[in-house]
Amino acid sequence: NTTAEFARIAMLFYSFFKTLVGKEIAVELKNDVSMTGTLHSVDQYLNVKLNGARVVDEERYPQLACIKGCFIRGSAIRYIQISKKEVQTELLQDACRKENSAVRK
Amino acid sequence: SVEEPLDLIRLSLDERVYVKCKGERELRGKLHAFDPHLNLVLGDVEETVTTIELEEETEEEIVTSSKRNMEMLFVRGDAVILISPPIRTG
Repeated sequence: NTTAEFARIAMLFYSFFKTLVGKEIAVELKNDVSMTGTLHSVDQYLNVKLNGARVVDEERYPQLACIKGCFIRGSAIRYIQISKKEVQTELLQDACRKENSAVRK
Repeated sequence: SVEEPLDLIRLSLDERVYVKCKGERELRGKLHAFDPHLNLVLGDVEETVTTIELEEETEEEIVTSSKRNMEMLFVRGDAVILISPPIRTG
């Protein structure tokens, strides 16, 4: 079992984002563009679909001002900001520990 | 038991960590989750972005850093360089 095999199996963050569907998030891309919106869906690659998307710095990116919904490739993402109250941190930590030992077997 | 590098990160769950990222970015926050890609979820995060400008005339290096606080943050692992217990500055 190599680390690449573990990476393929690990579903922790896919499951985590599925619990955030319908919640408001802020996605910051590697090119510094930031979009806020409601998480519509996520996939195994952590690609993200946003509804009601708004670009954060509209003056700087006027071409994105009229976007309502978007699909964002997971690899383009730097950060996703979430509201603290949407995350049950104890459950997340437990799931993380469990997946870490499960992925080894 | 600690066998591989990812085990060292596992020891830091629920502790504050220092994360160095690409693009002269550093994060300090509480580690809530990670995966083999080094995707992370950090809580109560402070991000520091450091930029170095070259003053044209004097060839002086001007170092500036800006900080930002975020209450809960997912960090994509492909930008992570290192993860460590907090580095004491100053």
